[in-house]
Amino acid sequence: MTRLMRTLTLALGLAALPLATPILAAGAEDGLRGTGSLGVVIERATGSVLIVDTEARATLARVEGLGDLSHASVVFSADQRYAYVFGRDGALSKVDMLTAAITGRVVQGGNAIGGAISDDGTLVAVSNYEPGGIRVFDARTLEQVADIPAVGADGLESKTIGLVDLPGRRFMYGLYDSGEIWIADFSGAGDPVLTKFPDIGLLPYDGNVTPDGRHYIAGLFGEDGLAHVDTWQEPMAVNRILDGYGRGEEPLPVYKMPHLEGWAALGEVMLLPAVGRHELIALDLRDFTETSRVETHGQPIFAVVRPGGRYVWVNFAHPLNDTIDVVDTLTLEVVHSFQPGPAVLHMEFTPRGHEVWVSVRDANSVHVYDAETFELKAEIESHAPSGIFFSARAGRIGQ
Amino acid sequence: MPRDHLIRFLAGAALAAFTGSAGADPAPDSEKLTHLVIQECGSCHGLTLKGGLGTPLTAEHLEGLDRETITHIILTGIPGTPMPPWAPLMTEADADWIADMLKQGALE
Repeated sequence: MTRLMRTLTLALGLAALPLATPILAAGAEDGLRGTGSLGVVIERATGSVLIVDTEARATLARVEGLGDLSHASVVFSADQRYAYVFGRDGALSKVDMLTAAITGRVVQGGNAIGGAISDDGTLVAVSNYEPGGIRVFDARTLEQVADIPAVGADGLESKTIGLVDLPGRRFMYGLYDSGEIWIADFSGAGDPVLTKFPDIGLLPYDGNVTPDGRHYIAGLFGEDGLAHVDTWQEPMAVNRILDGYGRGEEPLPVYKMPHLEGWAALGEVMLLPAVGRHELIALDLRDFTETSRVETHGQPIFAVVRPGGRYVWVNFAHPLNDTIDVVDTLTLEVVHSFQPGPAVLHMEFTPRGHEVWVSVRDANSVHVYDAETFELKAEIESHAPSGIFFSARAGRIGQ
Repeated sequence: MPRDHLIRFLAGAALAAFTGSAGADPAPDSEKLTHLVIQECGSCHGLTLKGGLGTPLTAEHLEGLDRETITHIILTGIPGTPMPPWAPLMTEADADWIADMLKQGALE
């Protein structure tokens, strides 16, 4: 047994999960393995994560001591070895997926919402609710590089939302309370350069950028519409799109805020969760007008495109959250609907989309489905699983 | 506010019609409601109720609000904010129970 292997085995043995197979079993006999099939499952109630292997469809280890993961998200280092876990309690933890150990941890704020990693893999930014603003850290050491408060034109400190990376060592995010969108540009040698767009609309609750890094879109809770910035234009400007998409109708109560993550940019069409309606909105990416609606089982939370773009999988808000709808993007019809179990919180596709992992929180289980046949391939035990994140995200813009 | 009362009345009436037990709401299911508060309310207010997109729901933070007001907010929501009305999904007795627990800090 090599020294490396002993070290790894020891570290995994300490990870306190009884496992039949050690973490290296899926690797070669030389004790080495890659990380392209690894991922992280958030166990939100217990402050732990599972390190999982999508090839083996199995848990390799559990890592504990990550704090409050109520609304946790994860980004990956460029080499896909480290997972940066953003916890609700403001903690940023760096988890080594090969040793299942926490190799760095900083409690950087009181109440965080998510984060992003720069395109060169050197900076990790965290979006905060309390005290607001974003903080940026060295991805290697977790030393703080910048602290950027989010004080809007209204003079108020704002929660930040929808933080994503943009090409060119930039981060883009929204100011929830002040209704603004900012870009922090770290491409220069000195302090980050900020670009601010005020008056984008009321209560931007989430934002994301298209997979090409071009179009940033923020959902607005306070009004019917979304804010759009084409980051390829000079100068950049904010445009209101889908203005009044639900005007004249009484919105339904929203028991969970939709997420604009994993959204479907499918060539010329994008599918977005409507707010307060049991619908997806199909948006034409060429002129940002609505082309049609897709009626769904409930208030959509995630509309995640299967890699390749043909299908979009949709889960729903409480109390209709036991169901997944699968939408064909050619016909914009729901072609399959099924009930994985109570409280389906998240879906993550394998890198090329042959399978999808689904967290079924109240069944304490992660289900793995064949994305083509919908056959249940595996059930993986997990304590109240929520977010699922695979290492292939390291190679994508806006994750 | 008469309109809110009307909404509550209608919601209550609809629920009563649905359950076929007008005027006799079942006793709150504490286990189910605890799960609801931690998991569903927790999505916005934090699993530890210390706040998120929504304000903290700790006893300390709610000190200035009486039980009736909290019950009212739970059932009717806060217009113009993401706080939704829960009346379609629970009885007034349920909301009272939650308000009590929050005031006592029993779910923190």
